[in-house]
Amino acid sequence: MSEYIETHPILEFKHGRKVNFFFEDEELEGYENEPIAAALHAAGIRVLSYSEKRKRPRGFFCAVGKCSSCLMEVDGRQNVMVCMEPLRAGMKVRRQKGTHQSE
Amino acid sequence: MTENRYQTADKNVELCVIGGGPAGLQAAIVAKELGANVVIIDDNPILGGQLIKQTHKFFGSKLHYCGVRGIDIATILSDRAKKLEIEVISDATVVGYYDNDTLGILRHDNLFSLKAERYIFAMGASENMLAFDNADLPGVYGAGAVQTMMNVYGVVPGKRALVVGSGNIGLIVPYQLLQAGVEVAAIVEIMHKFGGYYVHAAKIKRAGVPIYLKHTVIEAKGKDRVEAAVISEVGDDYTCLLGTEKTIECDMILIAIGLSPLCDLLYHAGCRIEYIPDLGGNVPYHDANMMTSKPNIFVCGDLACIEEASTAMLEGRIAGARAYESLKSKDKRAEVIASEAAKELQIIRTSPFEERIVYGKTQLKH
Repeated sequence: MSEYIETHPILEFKHGRKVNFFFEDEELEGYENEPIAAALHAAGIRVLSYSEKRKRPRGFFCAVGKCSSCLMEVDGRQNVMVCMEPLRAGMKVRRQKGTHQSE
Repeated sequence: MTENRYQTADKNVELCVIGGGPAGLQAAIVAKELGANVVIIDDNPILGGQLIKQTHKFFGSKLHYCGVRGIDIATILSDRAKKLEIEVISDATVVGYYDNDTLGILRHDNLFSLKAERYIFAMGASENMLAFDNADLPGVYGAGAVQTMMNVYGVVPGKRALVVGSGNIGLIVPYQLLQAGVEVAAIVEIMHKFGGYYVHAAKIKRAGVPIYLKHTVIEAKGKDRVEAAVISEVGDDYTCLLGTEKTIECDMILIAIGLSPLCDLLYHAGCRIEYIPDLGGNVPYHDANMMTSKPNIFVCGDLACIEEASTAMLEGRIAGARAYESLKSKDKRAEVIASEAAKELQIIRTSPFEERIVYGKTQLKH
């Protein structure tokens, strides 16, 4: 969990409790209720999906639930906006290809 | 002719405010204080909109939180809304505006309908994208997006950033990146001068970050993520000058080239939308009372024109007061609130930064 800000001149971060979740088949740690995208980026994961035709890697763009660039498969549900969806213990997060098929 | 499927809604209220940012919160607070029954719908778990990531202190008048950080204004306003017992439907997305002026709302996979006698739309805006080679690589982010990740969730999605655009967001976000311990390689700006306030530019220059004027980004390099950016100087016609390309090492390219109002729901509601570049592109027609072409729908904030949070709050107060009057009847207290806010707006809009807005507002066709 290296990419969380530890000290900040203005802000103090109130994280939820630490929970484990799965990205593909790898077990990762994050904080409960933070967006799934925040937990993934803190773990150094930036490629959230691949485009449908050319399989180009995709990451988030707006981080406020507007652009749909961060759609992933979460617990078997496809097209979940991970910049908004809160992280829960044991969640299974997978990359999807395009807008419907999981990898 | 068509059957009206929305004769009855699951929920009925007097006034529904969509969007709980600075504009929507002010509108809801004013209308509730005057005596309306108000509901706020917001797609986030907490109220405050984009204020919740603004760590810088605001300008403007004392009356309107000058010298207070955006994050603290968010707390002040949401505490006030709570104290007034304004009903809040959070984590909810309005998915449509249907017959009989009824909203469809999606919350945690439940769809329900709500009908209000008056609406105030305050959905704000979304960040604009810029086209260049490999612009879809992970690492090309909205500057506001990184600000959210960093200031709300304490996560920085990179180690070294290039910022494109030098409006206030393009000047403030790199400063906040430095505060969070992230390197800022440079800011590029296609115009011949930076776009934001001088104070923000001075701070970033003092920190030693170069601002390349008359430059733009032409390519992102990298396989699975940004590893570098290629920038180029532009000529007087804004085309790239061959041979002036520079490669800048970075793992994030932050796009801060402006915002577009989130008009979708207004199209759906049948409000007249006009294209006024000075206000941010497609914007809903509104009069001085913030009423749209539909008399039951009011707008405020970045949805009405891309401006600042301080002016969004003032527009919110006007919309709240006028929507209340339209709901009940002419009211002395509402008149005072709306005219004081209009006066404040007029003062703020004498600034040279506001010339475009003042001009844009005159372009709305009555």
